[in-house]
Formats: sequence, C-alpha cells, structure tokens
Amino acid sequence: MLKKGTLKQILLITDGCSNKGEDPAATASLANQQGITVNVIGILEDDQSEQPEGLKEVEDIALSGGGVSQLVYKQALSQTVQTVTKQAMTQTLQGFVNKELQQILGQDQSLEDLEPEKRGEVMEVVEDMGETCDLEVLVLVDTSASMHDKLPTVKEALIDLSISLNSRIGRNRFCIFNFPGKRKDIQKVLDWSPALDSISSIFPKLTSGGITPTGPAIREAMYQFGKKTLLRSLRDEDESGMEEA
Amino acid sequence: MKMNQEWKKHSTVVRPGMYIQGKWHKKVYVIKQKLGAGAIGSVYLCEANGKPAALKISDKRSSMTVEVNVLKSLGRVQGSRLGPSLLDVDDWTAPSGEKYSFYVMEYLQGEPMSAYIRQHGKEWIGVFMLQLLEDLEQLHQHGWVFGDLKIDNLLIVLSPPRVRWVDVGGTTQVGRAIKEYTEFYDRGYWGMGTRKAEPSYDLFAFVMVFLTIYYPNRFNKDTQPEKMLFRKIDEAKGLRPYRLVLRKALIGKYVTSSQMKKELLQVIHNIQKQHTVTGNQAQPTRQDPFLLEAAGISFLAASYYLISLLFQ
Repeated sequence: MLKKGTLKQILLITDGCSNKGEDPAATASLANQQGITVNVIGILEDDQSEQPEGLKEVEDIALSGGGVSQLVYKQALSQTVQTVTKQAMTQTLQGFVNKELQQILGQDQSLEDLEPEKRGEVMEVVEDMGETCDLEVLVLVDTSASMHDKLPTVKEALIDLSISLNSRIGRNRFCIFNFPGKRKDIQKVLDWSPALDSISSIFPKLTSGGITPTGPAIREAMYQFGKKTLLRSLRDEDESGMEEA
Repeated sequence: MKMNQEWKKHSTVVRPGMYIQGKWHKKVYVIKQKLGAGAIGSVYLCEANGKPAALKISDKRSSMTVEVNVLKSLGRVQGSRLGPSLLDVDDWTAPSGEKYSFYVMEYLQGEPMSAYIRQHGKEWIGVFMLQLLEDLEQLHQHGWVFGDLKIDNLLIVLSPPRVRWVDVGGTTQVGRAIKEYTEFYDRGYWGMGTRKAEPSYDLFAFVMVFLTIYYPNRFNKDTQPEKMLFRKIDEAKGLRPYRLVLRKALIGKYVTSSQMKKELLQVIHNIQKQHTVTGNQAQPTRQDPFLLEAAGISFLAASYYLISLLFQ
C-alpha cells in the first residue's frame, strides 16, 4: 500500500513571539505544502500562566505547518520534545493512511469512522510505519536574549530526543540551526548527522541576540531539506559554493 | 501543559451517574467514580449489567486504538494474567458532539504496593520481586517489553497477595522504540542505556520500582547517576539483601529476566537459610510465603533457563 519513505520535520523551540519579517504561520504553511511538518514548542517562564497571550503564535504556526504544538515549563522539556516529535510522525502517517482509505472507501471515510476492530488493524500498520520510516528533523532554536538561561535545558532535551529516536528501527538525521544568526536569519549549529550527542561542546558557545525573526527563520530552514539532494547533483560543478551557502 | 487542560475537559464531560452507550456494540455503562487519569485518558469505575468494570475513555482516539491492540495481544498469551482482561471496545459521542473512544476492562481491586509492604513487612519485597519477574519473563518470552513499568502501574490484589499490572499502555514489541515511559524509571534519562525495547529495559525500571518504595518522593539525578543509584540501593535497608542483583540489573548485566530471577532466588534461599539457623530452630519447615513461591518458581526458572540454553 505505502512504500517506506522519509518524514521531514522542523522542530521550532521558542519562548516568545516573532518581531521581525513575515508571519511565521504563513511560512509554516508553505513548508507544509512542500511535505515538511512544522512542530512548535513554547517554553513558559516559571511564573507564567499556562495560557499566555503572547504564545498564541505557537499554536498558529503548528496548525499551519501541519504539526503539533505544546506549551511547557522548562523542567518538562525533554519528555515534551520527544512526545511532540512522535505525535507529529503518527499524525502525518495517519494523514497518508486516511488519503488511501478515502480512495478505497469514499470521500467521507476516515480512520476514525471505521469500526473499532478494523481501526485496530489499520493502526498497527501506522505504528509499523512510524517505527521503520526514516526521519529528518531540523531543530530550530530561538536564541534571542530571553532564551539564554534555557539553552542548557534545550541541549539536554535534544540529546534525549536523539536517544529516543535512535531506539527506532528506522534511520534518523538531525541538524540544528539557531536564530537570529550573526549576519543571517539563521545560523548552522550542527550539520545533518545521525545523532546529537556531539552537541554538548557546541551549545555553550551559542550567543544570544535581541530580535526574533521566526518567519524568515522557518523559510530558511525549509531550504535546508532540499539542499542535500541539490548538493549531490551539483557536487562536481560548484561544491565549495554550496558549502559556503 | 496542554495535556493537562485536556484532562480538565474530560473530567467535566464524563461525570458519575452518567450513562455511556457505545456506538457500535450498543452496550450501556453507568459511570460510578473516577479512578485515575494518565497521559492518554481517564479511567472510571463503571457498572455493566450490575457488575463492576473499569472504563478508560479519551479523545486521543488513535492512541486508544494502540492500547487496545496491546491488551488484545496480551490476551492471546495463553493462561496468563498479564494485564487486565479486555471486555469491550467502542466509541461514544458526548452530548456536546465531541467524539471519544473507550474500552472496558476487568476491574482489579487491590492495594498500592508501597502501602502493602509498609503494613505487612519487608519480607514481602522478595515475594513481589519474584512475582513481578515471573510475569516479566512470560511477557518477554512472548516478544513484548512492558515499557512504562512504574509503581503506579502495579497493584497488589488480595487473597492470596499477587502483583498485577493495571496499565499496559506502554507495552512495546521487542526491538522497537519504547512507546511510553516515565523519566524516573527510564534508563535513557539516567544515561544508562537506550530506549530500545529489550528485557534489560524493564529490569532497570524494575529496580527503580523497588527504590520508589524507600524513596517515595523520588530524587533527581546528579552528575554521576550510576554511583548515585548504587548508593541509594545501599542506603535502603530493606533492599540490602538484594543489592548485588539490583546493581547488576541497573547496569544491564541481565539479558533475560530468567537470569535475574535465578540469581534472586539464590539470594532468597540464603536469607531463608539464615532465618532457619538463627531463627526458630524448633520449626525449620515453617511455611513462609517465600518458601512456597521459591520452590515452585525455582523449578520453573531452572527449566526456562535450560530451555534458553538449548536455543542459544
């Protein structure tokens, strides 16, 4: 029915609203149309209520990006990062399955309209796919000034995510960008790699800037997925140029 | 967290006294009281045809389906009481129009393990350890790993006292990524292993279950987790006899639960010997819960062990 494929996700970790460039929900929507899911985790201050006005954006970005969002206090970040990632994988795969089901059973049929026994069988297929599919996660970390004291926790959570995902059968690739970059909207922290245990040494060096260009950051992040294949095809002609970019 | 808000929503939608009728199988359940809430849904005590049962309900419908699949697979493990038995699976539409999935299972009545041990003495620790290992052994042999093994998921049912699993939602096929876990019990969190579903994952959580009895408020990890956990075992008086076995389980020395059970039995035999030497000389054959358990289990352990040797 479905062949094994690669799921692509952007995981945005932020603590506030964007204040520069285009609407991040719009760029997230563009990313989603290109087969990339955008998940957002909003970190709350310890004294913040569970539903602050400023973090409404977090939900909007994930909704447009076809992903999952969650507001969380720093302490629960590790578990949240991995739940959100896995939930989004299941959601995407279920989306594929639903499309297939509609072709077989008609427009109005979805997985949840099946009787419980059949639904169980279909969910087993979804689970199998989630376990075996390949996954690419681009982590986009907000390093604006207010995030400074949260970065050690973010680092821990990302290492933890890599432990979880690398316990799957399918392969994983991660890369990390932070925004705002020194001169550009985003800046590479770690290039595509199968695990994140190497980030301990890089993370403490991240500097924090003032503004939060979330929209432009998602736009730039989106291009990082295509880049590998582009790189491969252009390798002979212009390798150094691509590396630079 | 968003999750918590969804719980609040549940508890207002389903209330004691309500009737819930399934969309597919048309069975009617009367909600009696709330038993608890977890990451996926809330569990209620309900009544069906005058008999008590436990009903779990959630709007996370695909997660519920996954749990039902696990309960069904465990039900296929012959003659076992791994997890509560599944009675019904159905959907329900709330008066507000929101759609929920629910399943109904056997209602297990019992006491939390910590309370039981506190009341009846630390000699029960060894008994429950063996019972738990026996169940884990069965589960592992059928290709599953419990995953979210924690004290909240265990219940002591009475006459005779027996450990039972109440929530098997985290049960994962061997070789896959653990589906659900709780940080304190998770070896990945302690930096002491992967989250791959293998018997040793459960055996790590097993040790944490018994540590929780002595540290009910738990504790946070420091910079040397392994040393810290070893120290915590040494400092828990009731765990001292088992400390070497528990240590080995923590660092993943046991590839199967049978190996661990075999060594634990040895420890328990030694304790019994000391008891009979230093204790009541006149009644050396007095029937301790240990001896009964130990005799039967050691025979099983020996045969499983031999079988496992044959297949290596």
